[in-house]
Amino acid sequence: MKAVLTTVGQDQVGIIAGVSQYLAENKVNILDLSQTIMDGYFTMMMMVEVPDEGKEFSQIAQDLTALGTKLGVEIRIRNAEIYQAMHQL
Amino acid sequence: MESEKILETVRMIADENLDVRTITMGISLLDCIDSDSTRACQKIYEKITTKAKNLVKVGEQIQEEYGIPIINKRVTVTPISLIAAASSDQDYLKYAKTLDKAAKACGINFIGGFSALVQNGYQKGDRILIKSLPQALAQTNLVCASVNVGSTKSGINMDAVKEMGQVVKDASKLDVMTNAKMVIFCNAVEDNPFMAGGFCGVSEPDTVINVGVSGPGVVKAALEKVKGQSMDVVAETIKKTAFKVTRMGQMVGSIASKRLGVPFGIVDLSLAPTPAVGDSVAQILEEIGLEQVGTHGTTAALAMLNDAVKKGGIMACSHVGGLSGAFIPVSEDAGMIDAVEAGTLNLSKLEAMTAVCSVGLDMIAIPGDTPAATISAMIADEAAIGMINNKTTAVRVIPVPGKDVGDHVEFGGLLGHAPIMPVNQASSAAMIQRGGIIPAPIHSFKN
Repeated sequence: MKAVLTTVGQDQVGIIAGVSQYLAENKVNILDLSQTIMDGYFTMMMMVEVPDEGKEFSQIAQDLTALGTKLGVEIRIRNAEIYQAMHQL
Repeated sequence: MESEKILETVRMIADENLDVRTITMGISLLDCIDSDSTRACQKIYEKITTKAKNLVKVGEQIQEEYGIPIINKRVTVTPISLIAAASSDQDYLKYAKTLDKAAKACGINFIGGFSALVQNGYQKGDRILIKSLPQALAQTNLVCASVNVGSTKSGINMDAVKEMGQVVKDASKLDVMTNAKMVIFCNAVEDNPFMAGGFCGVSEPDTVINVGVSGPGVVKAALEKVKGQSMDVVAETIKKTAFKVTRMGQMVGSIASKRLGVPFGIVDLSLAPTPAVGDSVAQILEEIGLEQVGTHGTTAALAMLNDAVKKGGIMACSHVGGLSGAFIPVSEDAGMIDAVEAGTLNLSKLEAMTAVCSVGLDMIAIPGDTPAATISAMIADEAAIGMINNKTTAVRVIPVPGKDVGDHVEFGGLLGHAPIMPVNQASSAAMIQRGGIIPAPIHSFKN
């Protein structure tokens, strides 16, 4: 499943490392990545491919929320369809 | 995809209370009719628990996978007055309890359809159902009821209006929550996913998925960016926002329909508030430029809002239906409650607002000693607005025993709390006593 992972929060050392390490461990492939500082906040967006086998999507979402708490940022992963549905005709 | 758009969606969900208010499964019970009511209730229980077995599970799956809150999972059924009429039962309590039990077994939030359609007169089942209403609502938790007393096509059944005033009163004496679960309609729609007025009309498919979206907070946040600009810009901003919100509802509905193997019916494009801060229709009207909702200009602002929501949403989904517009329930909207408490918003203004919004006098607490005839007259006024304007109107007023103007009542959860509002003290009894039918208006004859 294609999903969009968003990470927003205070910039600090190790955010990208932490997120990509978790993704690699769970065989989630990063397809595209953009990162910027918006309104003083670190903002990262990743397009990822979550494998059908392996961990349940809901488990990955929960793990990432927990990882976000640890890193002091907010991490959300959602099926990419929601963004397409809302913004593309 | 542009990062800005992704972040916009994230913000709408995280900060602006964007949610799908309900996924509602309509289930026809016409094939459960039986002259033996015990047998009929068995069939009803089996059909609901089979068809809606996975409704909650699928709703939760979608919520997790797409990260969009789905607040309620509900079921609507064919009006029970039609289903139960074949039996010789003298009250339909057994049917209400069956619906309640089935709803609890499925884990859903509400089940709607303990209903009767009497706009043009009563059949036997209607009469018995209406008589059963107070007990049925008091003895169940999740069952919602509705009675349609008028329509543009047939006029207003004033006998039913008279009776419903008494039903509201009787029900309030049993339990204050009963009336929060009952709506009296004019021009009720058959595909309404919202409660308490949802039922599955006879022209609907055997089972169908309808979705109700929400998002007053999103509209308000969008309007904060166009402060001081002309009303054209305001309308355009609301349209664009409604489009996005509805696209999400369309997506959630089609996924739910696919996963449940049930045809997708409609998206109801409603702005449904909750008592949560920042999830208020009143605050949208205030953002447009009213110091407080209820003041002069409120009706105009609401009319524009209601229309722009429809225009924006209509292209965003394949089929629009239900009530589709702005809801103005008092107890469920923090801004409405504030305005009533401040004395800015009263019943007369609310009545005017119902002429241009999607429903009617909704979740309004009134003194416990309000006469039944006065409640009937409020129903008649609302029905008249609906009948003449070719729109749905509804009354959900809640007389609170032992309480008077200045007091408060707490409903809890999505239903919120409400100050008791004053009603007009002059009597309407002699008019209500007349009964009969107000004939359909001249513009209903279109053939």
